[in-house]
Parts: sequence; C-alpha cells; structure tokens
Amino acid sequence: MNIIHFLDHFTSDELSSSKEQDKKSIVSRRQAFSQLGSLSKKLAMSAVPMGAAMFASSKVKAQSMNSPVQALQLALTLEYLEDEFYRKALESGVVPGGTRAEKVYMQISKHESAHVDFLIAGLGDNVVDKPTFDFTAGGAFDPFNENGVGQDTAYAQLLALAQAFEDTGVRAYKGQAANLMDAPDLLTAALQIHSVEARHASEIRRLRGLKGWIVQDNRGAGMPEATQPVYNGEAVTMQAGYDTAMEFGADAGTEAYDEPLSGDDAVAIASLFIVS
Amino acid sequence: MKKHKVKVSLSDSQPFQAGKSNRRQFIKLGGASLAIGGMLLTACEDDDEMMPNPPANGEDEVFDLGSGDVGILNYAYALEQLEADFYTRVYNNFYAGITAEEQQVLTDLYYHEVIHREFFKTAISAAVSDSAQVLPELEFDYGDLDFSNRDAVLATAKALEDTGVAAYNGAGRLISSPDYLLIAGKIVSVEARHASAIRSLINPDSTNFAGDDVVDANGLDVAMSPADILTVAGQFITTEFTANNLPTS
Repeated sequence: MNIIHFLDHFTSDELSSSKEQDKKSIVSRRQAFSQLGSLSKKLAMSAVPMGAAMFASSKVKAQSMNSPVQALQLALTLEYLEDEFYRKALESGVVPGGTRAEKVYMQISKHESAHVDFLIAGLGDNVVDKPTFDFTAGGAFDPFNENGVGQDTAYAQLLALAQAFEDTGVRAYKGQAANLMDAPDLLTAALQIHSVEARHASEIRRLRGLKGWIVQDNRGAGMPEATQPVYNGEAVTMQAGYDTAMEFGADAGTEAYDEPLSGDDAVAIASLFIVS
Repeated sequence: MKKHKVKVSLSDSQPFQAGKSNRRQFIKLGGASLAIGGMLLTACEDDDEMMPNPPANGEDEVFDLGSGDVGILNYAYALEQLEADFYTRVYNNFYAGITAEEQQVLTDLYYHEVIHREFFKTAISAAVSDSAQVLPELEFDYGDLDFSNRDAVLATAKALEDTGVAAYNGAGRLISSPDYLLIAGKIVSVEARHASAIRSLINPDSTNFAGDDVVDANGLDVAMSPADILTVAGQFITTEFTANNLPTS
C-alpha cells in the first residue's frame, strides 16, 4: 500500500467508523491479532526472520480494513520514521562516540528497529510501504550534517528531532488506544510499545537538559518552532472532572498527564519528514 | 497464625518481578481468590487459613475492589496511593546529600503521584452510586527501608515506577470504557517517563532508562496482571482488601 495513499485516507472519521464493522470482519481481525499475541512469544524465543509469510494463513483482505489495522499502520509509519532516523543518526558521526548520548541512541535504535519488525509481522498483508524520508524537512534542518551546517548545530538538531519524534510517538499511540479495544492482544502490545516510547522520550529530554515530562504545552528550550505541533494540546488541567492544577499548580498538573494526538495530527507531523 | 512478612529485597535488580516473590507459593493467582494487605501479609503455612474469614458483622467487612471498570479504577487508586505515600515520605525528609537534580525529580514525582491519587479518588467517587464502593485510604509499611539512604530510596522508586508501568500496561485490556482507557493511557506514559528518569539517576551513563531487564527483544515493555501486581505491591500495603471480582480477560 502506497504511503501517501494511506496518509491521505487516514482520518479520524474513518477510524471512528469501526463500530459499523460486521461480525465477520471482527472475527477475522481477532484471529489475526491473537496470532500477533502468540507471535510476540515466538519472536522473543528465537531470532527467526519476521515477515508477512508468518501470517499467510490468516490474510486480512484490504476491503475489511478496520480501525485496529489502520491504527497499526499509523504506528508502523511512525516507527519507520524513528527507526531510520536513529540509524542515520548513528551512521552520521554526529553523535559523539563513546558518550552517554551514543549509548542512548543505540538502545533506542534497537527498540525502534524491533518495533518495525514486530508491526510488519503483525500487519501481514496490510503492511504499509516504508516512505522515503527527508529529515531536513525540506532544508529546515541538517541533523546529520549532510549540508555542512556543522557538527555542533547538527547535533543540537539531531537531539531536538529525537525529542519531537519520541513525544509524538507517545501521544500518537495513546490516541489510537481506543481503536484497539476490540483486539485485546494488540491493545496490550501497543501499550507495551507506548511505554517504551515514553521511556525514550524522558531520557532524550533529560539529555537535552529538560525535565523528562512535558510542562504545559511548552516544547522546551532549544526546540525549533516547527516542533510546536508536537506539544499543542498538552496544557490540559481538567481530567474527567478533576482539576489537576488544584494541588500544586498547573505546571505539575499538566506534567502528570500526557495527552493524545489524533491520527490526523500525528500524520501531519510525520508528513513534514516524508517525501513520498 | 504465624506472621510471615515478606520484604522487598533492594539488592535485587528486579525486586518486583513476578515470580520472585516467595509469597506466590501461598496464593492461588488468577483473580478468583486474591486477598491482599493484612490478610496476605499473614500468609500461613496452612493453606486452609489463606482466605479471609467471613466478617462477623458488617462493621469490619473487608473492602473488595469491586468489578468492571470501578474495580480497575480502585486497583489503580491503590497503586497511586502507594506511590503517593512513598514520595510524600521521601519529600518530607530528603536523604542527606541529595543533588539538586535528584531533588527536582523526586519533588515532581511527589507532585504527580499525589495528583494521580486525588484524581482517582474524585473519578471513582463520581462513577459509583455508593461512596462505600470507593477504596478507603490505605496504610503502608515499608519494613526496614531506610529513607535516609539514597540507594534504597531510588531503588524503591524504580521498583514502584516499573511496577506502575507494568500494571497499567496489563490492565488496559480489562477496561471497557474508552474514556477510562484513555485516562489510563495518559497516566501510564508519565509513569514510564518517571521510571526512565529514576533509572537514569541511578545509572546515568547507560542504557538502563529502557534497559533490557524491562524491554524485551520485540521492544515491548512489561505488562502484568492485577493478580501478579497486587502480590508484589502488597508487600507495602498493610490495609486489608480483596480483589475477588476484578475482570480477568
């Protein structure tokens, strides 16, 4: 499936139409996702190559596209982005060798790569193609120092983009949780990825000298203005009728909760870095 | 009844991991027969004495978390009460030699966990028709945990945060309301941010923030069932309650 085609059709409206799915497609979906659950155990035990072949017996047809599949496709697109970003960051030589940052990037890179493989295996025939990424966002950044911005500036941008991608990942997975409720095994797996992204986000933010949590809707010192959409909507202090600012003020209240991103908003952020 | 109090081993890198608690052998896991708190802490050599005795009258009836989403909310409330209580004690008497960074992180965690606790109290009260269905204030006992010792405090914080992450990850599938699932999602990622930060304070120059001890080969964090979580968290909880009616699948 072409990534642009997918992104064009990825709207909240379509996602919320899942309730209209007929029972037949729900059954086939459940079969597929129960395999995902067992797949995770298989993968953990052996380093077998992962891929669509493992799902050959439970093909989910394109016409039975439903919200769990679309949620997974969005997740895969974001994981493709993160995986390639960290891979290129480590290859670029911009991350100083032997530093804490390099260890952090290697560990995150390992996880993002595993997430891609896991989601590809889970999606089977519904896998989306890997987009072509442009991490300069049309020349706005030079995180790998490919255009001669200099190591120091490149490194600062590389850290800033990592923060933006991780905080986006946390918010985007959260925004898809309700779309996975009919597929408990998949929901659990998505939650397990979601908290790993949050661990990453906290560490990247702390590497940059920020708190590990998001304060109000502040993007934080040194973050380019272009990353503000990652943080818009985070300054919420009312949670299910409770005023979280009541005890210790609004900063603490907003830090204590991460807010979701809609599929549309997540796609808009990712699209800044997608060429085709 | 012979007291058999199990304490967390702080020297163990994974003190909260399921299967490590020797109390497991006393308890039939699976949600149907789980008691926690005073009852659980008085685990007996005689299996017949495991279950709470029926209360003689209504006055000292043991609280049950309840069923459905209310049960899960009470379960989360119990864990947030534990976290809030722990950080309140840390905050009220910081260990000597604490760095500015450590103090900032632990202060924030104190704020966040108290906010989570108060949130659940309000949310559950709004969700039930009878206030008797809201988990009461629990009491805690940290055994011989030395709050003046940096390593002990941070190791316990790490265990609590990792446990919180695993608990919410495991409970997500048990929630039936999309609104409550979203709330749980909003909180669990902050717990994961906490876990990462505490791990980073303990081992700054390392991969420990998302270490191989908690993230598996597929890049997945830990998820644990309420039964397993309560078994380990119960080591700190002295107030009796039961979890006989929580959803299990």
